[in-house]
Amino acid sequence: MAKFEKANSINEWMDQRLAVNTLKKVMQTEYWIPKDINFLWAMGMVLAATFGILLVSGIFLLMYYKPDVNLAFDSVNYTIMTEVGYGWLWRHIHGVAASLVFLIIYIHMFTGIYYGSYKKGRELIWLSGMLLFVTFSAEAFSGYMLPWGQMSYWAGMVITNLFSGGSLEAYGLVEWIRGDYVPGDAFLTRFFMLHVLLLPLAIIGLIVLHFGTLRIPHVNNQEGAEIDFEEAAELYKAGKVKESKVIPFSPVFLSKDIFVMGVYFILFFYLTFYHFQFAMDPVNFDPADGLKTPAHIYPEWYFLWSYEILRPFSKDLGLIAFGIAQVIFLALPFLDRSPNVAPASRRGLFHIWFWIMLIDMLVLTFMGKLPPQGIWNTIGLVAALTFFALWIALPIITKSEKKL
Amino acid sequence: MKELKIFGVVAFFTLFLYWGVEPFAHSQMHKHVEGHGFTYDGTADNAEAAARVALAKESGVKVKEAEATAAAKKTFWADVARISKLKGNATAGEAGFAMCAGCHMDGAPNMGGVIPPKLDNAGALYDKNYLIALIKNPAMASNVDHKYADPMMHPMGSVSTMFTDDQSIADVVAFLKAKKSAEMTNKEAFDQACGRCHAMRYAKTSQLGDTPKFKYKKDELSYQVKILEEQDLVKAYMGKLPPDLSMIIRARGEHFMETFVENPQGHLAGTPMPRVGVSKEGYEKVKAYLTEIGDPSKPAREAIGPWVILFFVVFSALAFLWKKEKWRGHH
Repeated sequence: MAKFEKANSINEWMDQRLAVNTLKKVMQTEYWIPKDINFLWAMGMVLAATFGILLVSGIFLLMYYKPDVNLAFDSVNYTIMTEVGYGWLWRHIHGVAASLVFLIIYIHMFTGIYYGSYKKGRELIWLSGMLLFVTFSAEAFSGYMLPWGQMSYWAGMVITNLFSGGSLEAYGLVEWIRGDYVPGDAFLTRFFMLHVLLLPLAIIGLIVLHFGTLRIPHVNNQEGAEIDFEEAAELYKAGKVKESKVIPFSPVFLSKDIFVMGVYFILFFYLTFYHFQFAMDPVNFDPADGLKTPAHIYPEWYFLWSYEILRPFSKDLGLIAFGIAQVIFLALPFLDRSPNVAPASRRGLFHIWFWIMLIDMLVLTFMGKLPPQGIWNTIGLVAALTFFALWIALPIITKSEKKL
Repeated sequence: MKELKIFGVVAFFTLFLYWGVEPFAHSQMHKHVEGHGFTYDGTADNAEAAARVALAKESGVKVKEAEATAAAKKTFWADVARISKLKGNATAGEAGFAMCAGCHMDGAPNMGGVIPPKLDNAGALYDKNYLIALIKNPAMASNVDHKYADPMMHPMGSVSTMFTDDQSIADVVAFLKAKKSAEMTNKEAFDQACGRCHAMRYAKTSQLGDTPKFKYKKDELSYQVKILEEQDLVKAYMGKLPPDLSMIIRARGEHFMETFVENPQGHLAGTPMPRVGVSKEGYEKVKAYLTEIGDPSKPAREAIGPWVILFFVVFSALAFLWKKEKWRGHH
């Protein structure tokens, strides 16, 4: 064992055993962030905070929720909403946070795309982020099953049916996933386990990885400028904070993050108290009924764009398109052939590509909720084709991009 | 300010997204039914009948029948309007009411599908024109005449043999309005208007009313059997057991509930649910009760909400000052 001196303070005692001073330096006071950033750079911490809220509210709900097809609906809508003190508050917080977390994820993603934060050296940041998106999606879907209302049941039916693989007719696989011919008790308890244990574990692990991937390439900045972080850090430490191009994570970067979070929480709690309907579909307040299909079945808003890519095509083609859409964003760092790390506004054709992509995904999202009839079908088909055309065009337009 | 410009762009796309998936999508997804303020003059019924005539003419099937129904409805609601203008005599109506009390009494058994409601608050709970229409022809008034080839087959069909002239109808309605308009609680309004067909398990009521507490399991079980028997009768009458209404206020929008209760056929053509004819004040009480049971956190939300938001406004202001302090000299 190493030799330990007598410590003169708690901090010193801790430092001898856990190197807390070094940890604090490495993770906070000497973790350097570029100075040239805007409030969009706070979205990561906003996401972390929202995930924290989901975790805490989820723990409270977990104490009273009953994963059983006969009890689930009433445990949520009666026990939690009526009998548990502030149960309604935890539930509304959980519901609103589950929806808002996707809004922030999309803002975070499009910020990354706009500023080229997935480029050479930063591919793993993008990939781990996209894996987080996928696990959050699975987490959202499994959570949506738990109240066991009409939308839970029918969304569960529709999504698990996708695994039959169209013309492959792999109904055995679908039954294997459900543990039954239709969504039932085994289905509910499985998704309950996924929602409260396996997927949150995976998410926490991926968040750690996502933070880790930032360390070496560092966070991007508004101009995509390459910064000599060591030199800039020396300048900062020498007191030339004005000349230095970096700031420490704590307290300088964090002070701005906390302010942005404060503003975000005003919106968050406004929605929680006065406008939660958008995050808690009325149809799901009808108990699950396998004999009564709702007039409209649609996913939550954050899945609508990929749902609309599935819908306008024939069965098999739709499934393939849907499958590609789920993973295509992972390939972004490799399909963008331009060496430029710069905001889209300085990248010529890519600038146009970015805005068309954003608007196209909005159009897909709108069409995904509307009933598939008449003009909506045509618009949906055009938007879905545009989506793929954009991905095919991406390597071509970025290859010919002028070097800045 | 570049940051404000960026914030503007993000806010614009967020609001646009919200508009597209919420107000716009819902306006396209649901049939719009206009409300008519809980007045009953047959406008909706006549319009529905006219639409059915047009449909029949298009397909060439049962045109005569559709035309006959439309004509009958027109005459019926014109009669109702005429009776409504007669001056009713409450004293004379009291004698007529004695006939009603033969079925409408405390502890009445199920008759032809439902338990006849008590009428202690009928004058306040139901609209005047509706009461007139109901006494004249219950099937037509509740807009479920399509279920009965012979109006006498309606559980309350025999009423037409009790009140045969317009004045007697005007009198008994005047009596109900004058003497049977006692103040009622929200729960009483719900029990009388909805509770005879719809259970509400979160309020521990069934089609038989409030479920009592029992000392012995045996008594509890035999009461459960009574509920099941009553539900079977309602089921036989309605075709299916009407849904439990515990969460209905959150499962349907306010506008849907209002327009559906006014005229169920408007949203669900062919539904066996009768129009119950509640007055505006009567419906307000029913709605208050549905909210109390289905959305009990509403008062708490409204009480706490402003404080939580205020907290974060102050939090943001302090955070802004802290940020300013930390970034001083950095630019």
